[in-house]
Amino acid sequence: MSYYFTILSPTDAPLFNIAFGTSKSGGDGIARFRFPDTAQYMNQFIIHSSLDIVEEAQWMNGNMYLKHIDTYPPAAAFISAFLAPSGARFLLLHQPPQLPTAGSAAAASTGVGAAAGSGSVSGSSGASSLLGSSFAATASSSRTSSSSIAANPTSPQTEEAVRQFMNEVYENYVKTVMSPFYRQGMEIRSPVFRTRVTAAGKKWL
Amino acid sequence: MSQPRHNTMLSLSRTTSNTPSPAEKHHQHHPSQQIQSAPLSSPSPGLRVPSNRKTIYDRHLNRSRNSELSRASFAFLFGEMVTYAQRRVTGIQDLEKRLNEQGYPLGLRLLDLLFYRTISSSTSSALSSSSSTSASPPNRPLRILPLLHLIHGPLWRLLFGRAADALEHSVSPETPNEYMITDNDPMVNTYISVPREMSMLNCAAFVAGIIEGVCDGCGFETKVTAHNQPTELWPGRTIFLLRFGDSVMEREKVLERAGVK
Repeated sequence: MSYYFTILSPTDAPLFNIAFGTSKSGGDGIARFRFPDTAQYMNQFIIHSSLDIVEEAQWMNGNMYLKHIDTYPPAAAFISAFLAPSGARFLLLHQPPQLPTAGSAAAASTGVGAAAGSGSVSGSSGASSLLGSSFAATASSSRTSSSSIAANPTSPQTEEAVRQFMNEVYENYVKTVMSPFYRQGMEIRSPVFRTRVTAAGKKWL
Repeated sequence: MSQPRHNTMLSLSRTTSNTPSPAEKHHQHHPSQQIQSAPLSSPSPGLRVPSNRKTIYDRHLNRSRNSELSRASFAFLFGEMVTYAQRRVTGIQDLEKRLNEQGYPLGLRLLDLLFYRTISSSTSSALSSSSSTSASPPNRPLRILPLLHLIHGPLWRLLFGRAADALEHSVSPETPNEYMITDNDPMVNTYISVPREMSMLNCAAFVAGIIEGVCDGCGFETKVTAHNQPTELWPGRTIFLLRFGDSVMEREKVLERAGVK
């Protein structure tokens, strides 16, 4: 599973972002997205496109953790959201690894099927070749396993793990915000904060 | 004492540079490496960590939860803040606006802190009593009334150690967007003496700014002002008038229809 986490200010300015991979079940903590390294902006693109749904959901549901709110099937990207009470949005994009043998896990296979379907619909050869290359890359690294968090992005275990992760990040975010040198809307540059978020990712995801 | 030590270090480095060894290579590279790889080096360049290695991230947010602040030092600090705000103002309204602006960022922060503390205390109490209902984190206020209760109760307790004294809705049909929170004896005004010619001034405009920050953080566009309303019993009684914006009132209607509480 690969993750892309970002914090957005109430005015949609990105304050912090980080990409990391799973550390559970033999993962090495390195993100392997299905886009080539040159197309990492796709993560930001997908995550920002879910903001419409977040803004709709935030007035219907008073919880801070909004759970899994959006899916982008062509990339098999699942997005979970957490709202800080003061308006900052924490968004986590998670992308399960493509399994070498199709159909071993239901969620992963549907993701692949949806991806292939949309690729053929749009008819862009670029998209399909992009998928193919990343497929080969993930297949070659046979680290992928079918543990609960990695394979089922919408399972209760995953929701719980993401919630724990979000809560831990929130704690650190509050510490940042309480600093007298921080103003709302400022980018979070603290390397300590970054290591804390990385540690939370290692711990829960 | 430092001079001889410095000399020995110099001689040491000279001896190492004379001997052709891998150590020398390392030694030569060291200074340039420090300059070049400064942005990459661990854990941070230019970040100065206190000598006990404790950054703000290492401190627990509930550490000062039950500790009390000296009222005298607060009064002194607040007096200075008022003086500072008064230094470059043209009138009472301007002064109140400045006090409001000083309070605003505080409100945004307190909101996050308040929720964090409610979460952490509810989970810890849930751990001890193992009840699932108290473990659910607090909800963000979606409607006006929960927001006002949040300000009236938890926020006031966080700031002043007690709830506010009254919460009212405007009775006039022309201003359904006006709400009032009353504090009979605002702590910030305890040691502020307002001169007679500035009798309109209420330094609790600072607290009004905090309220405005809280409302804004929750997504409720508001203008908050503080007004004197003395009674016989409470000469310092202050009313905080909250005027919600049109967008908030519109959303309120939509949410009411949708059945959101």
